[in-house]
Amino acid sequence: MPDMVSITIAGFLTLGIMSFVYKDNPIYKLCESVFIGVSAGYWFVSIFYQSMLPQLTDKIGLTGELTDSALAYYRQTGRLASGQWFNLIAAGLGIMMLLRLLPKIGWISRWPLAFVIGSIAGLRLIGELQTNIMKQVKESILPLWAPQYIDGSLNLGSSIGHSLTNFVLVVGILTGVIYFFFSKEHKGVFGGAAKVGIWFLMVTFGAAFGLTVMSRMSLLIGRIDFLLRDWLHWLG
Amino acid sequence: MSRPNPPAPSSGQGFWEKFAKLDRRIIFGFIFLALALPLFFTIRQPIPVSPEGKAYYQAIENLPAGSKVLLSFDFDPPSSPELQPMAEATFKQLFTKNCKLVVIGLWPQGPQQAERALASALRDPQFSDKKLEYGVNYANLGFMAGDEVVIQKMNSDIPSTFPSDYKGNATSSLPIMQGVKNYKNFDFIINFSSGFVGTREWVQFCVDRSGAKMIAGNTAVQAPENYPYYRSGQLKGLLAGMKGAAEYETVSNQPGKGLTFMGSQSVAHLIVMLFVILGNIAYFVSGRKR
Amino acid sequence: MRREIPLFITSVVGLIFIVRFFIPHEPFFSLENVSASWIQVIKAFAIWLGILNLLKVSLDKIYKKEKGWGYSGIIIFSFLAISVAGFFFPLWESRSSDDSYIEHARKFQYPGTSFDWFYSYVYAPLSSTMFATLAFFIASASFRAFRARSFQATLLLLAGFVVMLGSVPIGNVLFAWLPQGWQVSNIADWVRNYPQVAGQRAIQIGIALGIISTSLRLILGIERAHLGGEG
Repeated sequence: MPDMVSITIAGFLTLGIMSFVYKDNPIYKLCESVFIGVSAGYWFVSIFYQSMLPQLTDKIGLTGELTDSALAYYRQTGRLASGQWFNLIAAGLGIMMLLRLLPKIGWISRWPLAFVIGSIAGLRLIGELQTNIMKQVKESILPLWAPQYIDGSLNLGSSIGHSLTNFVLVVGILTGVIYFFFSKEHKGVFGGAAKVGIWFLMVTFGAAFGLTVMSRMSLLIGRIDFLLRDWLHWLG
Repeated sequence: MSRPNPPAPSSGQGFWEKFAKLDRRIIFGFIFLALALPLFFTIRQPIPVSPEGKAYYQAIENLPAGSKVLLSFDFDPPSSPELQPMAEATFKQLFTKNCKLVVIGLWPQGPQQAERALASALRDPQFSDKKLEYGVNYANLGFMAGDEVVIQKMNSDIPSTFPSDYKGNATSSLPIMQGVKNYKNFDFIINFSSGFVGTREWVQFCVDRSGAKMIAGNTAVQAPENYPYYRSGQLKGLLAGMKGAAEYETVSNQPGKGLTFMGSQSVAHLIVMLFVILGNIAYFVSGRKR
Repeated sequence: MRREIPLFITSVVGLIFIVRFFIPHEPFFSLENVSASWIQVIKAFAIWLGILNLLKVSLDKIYKKEKGWGYSGIIIFSFLAISVAGFFFPLWESRSSDDSYIEHARKFQYPGTSFDWFYSYVYAPLSSTMFATLAFFIASASFRAFRARSFQATLLLLAGFVVMLGSVPIGNVLFAWLPQGWQVSNIADWVRNYPQVAGQRAIQIGIALGIISTSLRLILGIERAHLGGEG
């Protein structure tokens, strides 16, 4: 199909979705339905060719060690390589997952689901502990007086700057964690620390808001650039 | 998703009370103009480069020539205005250093976005005499379902995790994948991500488990949650959003769409801030009158 | 047994992944690899489950002629259009005579294929524009709802303004009178790297503790919500 026709189709689909900002309308609903259908089809085809087929037909051996592709092997010998049956168990579990669509025997899908849930629980328990607690806490234990030296002599300005920065980090993390401790009433010194924690969290959310605005505007700039440059050729 | 417009202000109300109930479509119009009009002009503004952006560039610059780099593309088309310019500039810097690149995706759209970035980088005349060959200098192993399980499994066996590449060739048949078993066979890892599964999972299951060195390019929405990893040294560099892309293009001297769009970005931010300020004025003035 | 066996599987698989971290040798090395291979396939089928469920719901709507059934028809039609392009068009699209059907079909996303056309000119514009319209709504929502009613709200507002101004070059231009090293971009860099990191670390530690306790409950079989309510 000629490029300009394809780009025109893309342009009209873009405007169809954008029409929602004026008001909800049938053209937007049509484009939204096309998006849902095409998304579903895209994932459907991609998953089959890029995940299922390689995992179920390309591997040989109990632990997946490769010597040749199963397809090439099958073409040469006319049979599946030994050990391929092990991966067929995975296919069986996958089909059990699909049985969730049938209400009467949907309970069978709990078996493969249990595999997934168990793996995520096991991985996350260690991963979160190692990455988001131990490592983060270790890097948060900072000296509150951090002298900086240039040519052997103390640079007071830089030292005060680094020390203040460390102080901000340590106080911020400590009071932020105190705020999230709801088992003790936030009163007195504890309540005061929690209040300081809220201030740091407000700065965090404010920064997140600023970055979110930047991100959303970037997305829209991309679409407007497509409309004006690629479709209408109004930009050089 | 559709909210009804607020009721029309009555004639007895003051200017600020009416302003507080401004039809949102007027705001939408201002935003559209703020983003569209600057695109018609060539606005060149000095881009201040953040420490984390400089660190991203320097991390690649410090790689020995011929290093083997694993790149994970974990984003889809909506994030491409922010991440695609980063990816293209990264490919160019890596090819300049004669690095060998292996691309994977934990989102199905990722490898396709990678192909586009690769094609754009390879079209650059500076690489035409390098005769970069698929399977030898670079390869795309495609997408694999499994999220963090895939990242974890690559700690032990990458060819088994990605048995074939984007084109259906056996991974073990590619020259670039000879001798590659796990992360220890890569000198560096680069992740482009916009959500789950993304940089956070890569740090958890790749960097912290294998000791690999990694840098990341994130959308501006996702970047705040990864700053702690940069500060703790788990990430050696971080690019955040379109500003990050513009910084990287500046410091690597490869102007692209990141820089082109910063004019629109500037005006849009000012317009949003102006509306917030005016909204607050309207709120406090009409609040005092009551 | 409908609930006990899945609980047992959850515990065993969870323990395999935990023990493998501490004992990276056989048999846990192979057990983890096999489990991970199976889970990759199961997750692929789980995505298919979601898609097939969508089709089932859409077909139900068409069959019962519910309100908006026409749009469900469009969903089904669009799904079939791209699926046919991905599964069947390789039959017609040119290929080298050495390739089998499957080998050629696996190049379904190559630039120039029908599937790639759908991706470039239908899927990408639609998905990008869906998210791009959020820019309009974030501006409108900020105007209506972002009020400096308290000290904390003002702090949030100021932090947002500093980061927004510091993220664009015009911030330094407008505040060029600030001394070197104290430009808006420098202040924004400092806010992103220090107070923002402090708050993020506190949030991440809290989330991590929650995830660890939930994971432990799942592995010990105390948490059973994932099994559903019946049977």
